Formats: sequence, C-alpha cells, structure tokens
Amino acid sequence: MVTRTARSHLTARERARRTARGGVSRSVPAPLLAPALIAIAFLVLPLAGLLIRAPWRHLGAALSGADATQALVLSLWTASVTTGISLVIGVPLAWVLARSSFPGQRLLRALVTLPLVLPPVVGGVALLLAFSRVGFVGRYLDYWFGLTIPFTPLAVVMAETFVAMPFLIITVEGALRSADQGFEEAAATLGAKRMTVFRRVTVPLVAPSLGAGAVLCWARALGEFGATITFAGSFPGQTETMPIAVYYALQTDPDAAIALSLVLLVVSVVVLVSLRDRWLRGGSAS
Amino acid sequence: MTPEGSDGLIVDAEVSRGSFTLAVSLAAAPGQVLGLLGPNGAGKSTLLSAVAGLVPVSAGRITLAGQVMDDADTGAFVEAAGRPVGFVFQNYRLFPHLTVADNVAFSPRARGLGRRAARSAASHWIERLRLADLADRKPDQLSGGQAQRVALARALAGQPALLLLDEPLSALDAGTRLDVQAELKRHLAEFTGPCLLVTHDPLEALVLADQLIVLEDGRIVQEGTPAQIASKPATGYVAKLVGLNLYAGHADGSQVALTGGGVFVVPDRGQHGDVLVAMRPSAVVVSSQHPQPSSARNTWSAKVAGLTLLADRVRLDLDGQPPALVDVTPAAVAELSLGPGMQVWLTVKATDLEVYAHADRQPA
Repeated sequence: MVTRTARSHLTARERARRTARGGVSRSVPAPLLAPALIAIAFLVLPLAGLLIRAPWRHLGAALSGADATQALVLSLWTASVTTGISLVIGVPLAWVLARSSFPGQRLLRALVTLPLVLPPVVGGVALLLAFSRVGFVGRYLDYWFGLTIPFTPLAVVMAETFVAMPFLIITVEGALRSADQGFEEAAATLGAKRMTVFRRVTVPLVAPSLGAGAVLCWARALGEFGATITFAGSFPGQTETMPIAVYYALQTDPDAAIALSLVLLVVSVVVLVSLRDRWLRGGSAS
Repeated sequence: MTPEGSDGLIVDAEVSRGSFTLAVSLAAAPGQVLGLLGPNGAGKSTLLSAVAGLVPVSAGRITLAGQVMDDADTGAFVEAAGRPVGFVFQNYRLFPHLTVADNVAFSPRARGLGRRAARSAASHWIERLRLADLADRKPDQLSGGQAQRVALARALAGQPALLLLDEPLSALDAGTRLDVQAELKRHLAEFTGPCLLVTHDPLEALVLADQLIVLEDGRIVQEGTPAQIASKPATGYVAKLVGLNLYAGHADGSQVALTGGGVFVVPDRGQHGDVLVAMRPSAVVVSSQHPQPSSARNTWSAKVAGLTLLADRVRLDLDGQPPALVDVTPAAVAELSLGPGMQVWLTVKATDLEVYAHADRQPA
C-alpha cells in the first residue's frame, strides 16, 4: 500500500523549536481552529464592548453618584463578611467532609455542593421560605427576638454565604484530601493533640488552597445577584449591592451601569491574577 | 530477650491490616538499639506505627517503662500524642512551613510550653546536633544529612523514653551516608532509652544495632547479635543480605544431604537432623576441568548461568547440585574464559562450610 507523504515546509524557527523540545507539528487543524476562534470572539467581544462604550470622560462623575458609592461599599463589606463567616464555619466543615467518616457523609457532601449548581434565585426563594417572618425558622426568630432578616444587610450576607461558601468548602476539602497526612502523624508523635495538629500543621499546609478558596468565595459573593435580590431585595444603601445597582442603572442611567460594570471587571481581573499567582506558587490547584 | 523488666519496651502483639498480619514478641532494654531487618512488606513499619500509637494492635499488648500503651484485651490505649515516643520517619516528614528551629521546638510547644520556653528547650538539641547555623532555614533548603539531623533533634526534643527510627539513612546518597551513620551511632549511644531501628540495609543494621530481629512476612524468623546473624543466617533472605550461600539439609555426622539435591562433606561435630549450611562465595574454587584430587572434600560440576560484575570481583551464578553464587576475580574470568552455559567444576573445603541446627521459627 502506498501512502501519500505529507510534505510541509519547516521555518527555521519551527525547526529550532522542534529540535529543542521534540514533538510533532503544533499547528492547529482547520476544523478545530474555526470553532476556537468563534469561541474567543464570543468571550472577548462583549468585554471589548464594555471598554469601548465606557464613558471614560466622565467616569468619575458616573461613579460618584451616591447610589454607586453606597452599592460599592455595601458589596465590599458584605462580600468580606461573607468570606470571614465562610472561613470560620466552612473550613471546619471541609475538615469534617475530608477527614471523618460517618453515615450519610456522601449525602452531606452532595447537599454542600448543591448551591454550586442551584440557580441562585432558587436559593433566594429557599432562604425566604426558611427565614422570612412567616418562614419556619424566621417565625421563631421574629417571635422570640423580634428579629426580622429579609430585606436587611444581614439577608445580603446570608444570601451571599449560601451561594459562595461552597466554593471555599470544596477547594479546602480537596486540599485536605490530597494533603500528606504523614505530617499530621509526625505531629501526633511529637505530642500534638488533634486541635494543635489542625492549627499548627493541617491549616498551614493547606494555606495556599485556603487563600485560593477564600478569594473564589469573595469573588462569588461580590457578584451575587439572584439569591440576594430574591431574599434581600434592593433597597439602596441597605441591600442594593453592585450587581443589583448595575441592573437597575442600566434602565435609567446606562453610563453609570457601564462604569459600575467596569469596576466589577477590574476587581475580577485582580482576583484572577491573584489566584493564578497563588496556584502557580502553591502548586496545589484543587 | 530481656526479662520482663519494667524499664524497656515490651511488645507481644498482633496487628492485622487487611490480609496481612504482623505477629511479634520482642523486648528492648533501655540503652539498647534493637535493629529490625526485613524485606519490604515484612511489617517493620507497621510495627513502629503500632508502638508509636498510629495503629492499634489487634491482639496482645505493648508496654513501655512499665506502662501499658495498648492492650487489645482490656481496650486500654494511649493515643500517639500521649506516648513518650520519638519517631524519626523515613523521609523525615519535617514540617515544610516551619524553620528548623520551629521544627525542633514543635514537641515542647505542643506539650504546652510557650513559644519562648519551647525555643530554649529546643536550643539544647539544636546545639547538640550542630544545627545552629541552619536554625532559620526551611526544610527544603537542607541537604539530606542535615534534614536527618533535624529529624533526630525534633524527635529527641520531646524527651522521649523510646526512640523509633524508620530507615533513617535510606533517603541519603551513598556519599553522605557513612558520615551520617557514624554520627547517628554516636547519638544513639547517648540515648538512654530503648531504640527500635528499622532498616533493610544489612550493613546499617550491623553497624548501628546491638541486637537484631529479622522480620519476614509479619513473623520474626531470626534474632541475635549482628555477628551471629551474619555468620549463621536462618533464612535465604538473610543469607542473601549478608552475601552467603545457604542450604537446608539433613546432617548425619560428616555428611549433609541437601534438601535441593547434592551432598556436602562437612566437619564432623556429631550433628544429626535438620541443619543449615552456610558457604561464603569466595570460599569456592572454580576450575574449567575436573580438578586433581586434593584435600578439598567437596567437588561438583555446575553450569554458568550468569555473571555480574561487582566492585572488584565477578559474581558467578552457577547451576548445579547444589547451585551456588561464587566470587572470582575478573582475571580468573578471563583466564578460564568463563561465559554463560559453560561447564565448570566447583571445589570447597569442608572446613569452609558453616553447619548449624535449623532452629524452628520463632513461635508467633
């Protein structure tokens, strides 16, 4: 059988690359190239649109509106509080999922990861059903403590925590699972009790993943929209976070919406860069 | 075996993990370095883990200095953190996020001292193991020998009553190994408690241990001083480690009928019954033709199955009745033009054969 020889021309540069690193042609086959280019255009064009349409001249004015500042401040502090709460209660849960075994553990893990795939609006509805003044928990909070949660900044934090904490939990759980438990054994033989091992060995060893998980959690909380608007509403200064402000501004003041979006875009890029850095340095992408 | 004293370590226990069962009975006296020698998977590390409290025993008990650490019958169990045990792990397991000083101070700190007090407790060991210059380094900035010293300092800083060493030199390259070994021997000599040293390197065991236990497949197959074990190996594994040919056979005065076929003439010391015969590879003379009658009492034919060049000699793998490993000089290989498949004659003097009773295996 005679096969047709694939002839091609190697540039000096390509020749040098192949000599140095070995391997066959790296050129992309046409059937893959076209769809890939479409995907790139689809992802990049909208962002470019944002930059092109941005009111660069009066960006300051658009952002300095009272609503915008309020929304930004509210978003920043609620996302930060959410991250703090997630660290305090989410990391212990990650440890429980990774290190202990009990009946129903798989079910628990599924429940914990559910908010990752659940439409946030559904999360908001669920929170409302539990914590509204007539909800099965909220009713008693109201009755005993006179505490009403929905449509308060607390509700914003709860909605964000519901949606964002699982990101921290699964990141940290993965790191705990893959961490070398030999170090914990060594700590035990050196007289460290379980809590000391956790504090002085386990947590420092997963610190890179802990940081990555916290950043992911913070970013997700910052962008939260569906659960927040459902459970907390959109009262300026009270519960109107940046994404909600963008949504409303788009209907009344498009320039302000674009300016606010730009701010969120910049924050996201910063988050992405910091995450990449952590992953590259820590080497524990999980 | 030391008598049931209250000072040392006494292990009389079984540990079952899946289909593997470790069943050992041993004692280590204070100041004694008890070497545990055995192939991979023999249960050496499992034994250390059980003594350290990282795995509970399935049956029997472990006592240390008169205190019960683990007793499967009563359910008594001291958690690893509560045992006065220093563990030097294979690959050391130094905490990568802590400096050398903080690694060494870890145990005093974990046992309740404040940061400063723990540091000063650790500084003694830092000095003693010559780590002062490295105190601020992280483990990934240490050489293998340095890491080994840090691991030892970290274990000793907890003021353990018992020291466990799991292949302490296996992570080192051959060049530094001898230095570190000599230094380790000095530190072990200064340690007053019992010490269990796991190794699969016979030389390491011979140099560092006062007493040796050979573990195979979860059982003790031989115990004794390093010299006893080196000269009279009880199993093929030990014989191979110490570089001897070992044959099981049935003795009847000056004749030993070997189990695998063949007969040896040995010095008649009136031995009868099951015996082992050990033969040094260098004691055998190889000839390309049937040798002239001589005073050597054993002559048999064999076929060269393989040749391996060792540092200064060539090891011949010979098929015959019995088979043998024989060491000759490279010059001899050239002169006799030895090659695979070649027929040769082997000669060994009766007095070069070590004959000893085939002791029953240690009851588990």
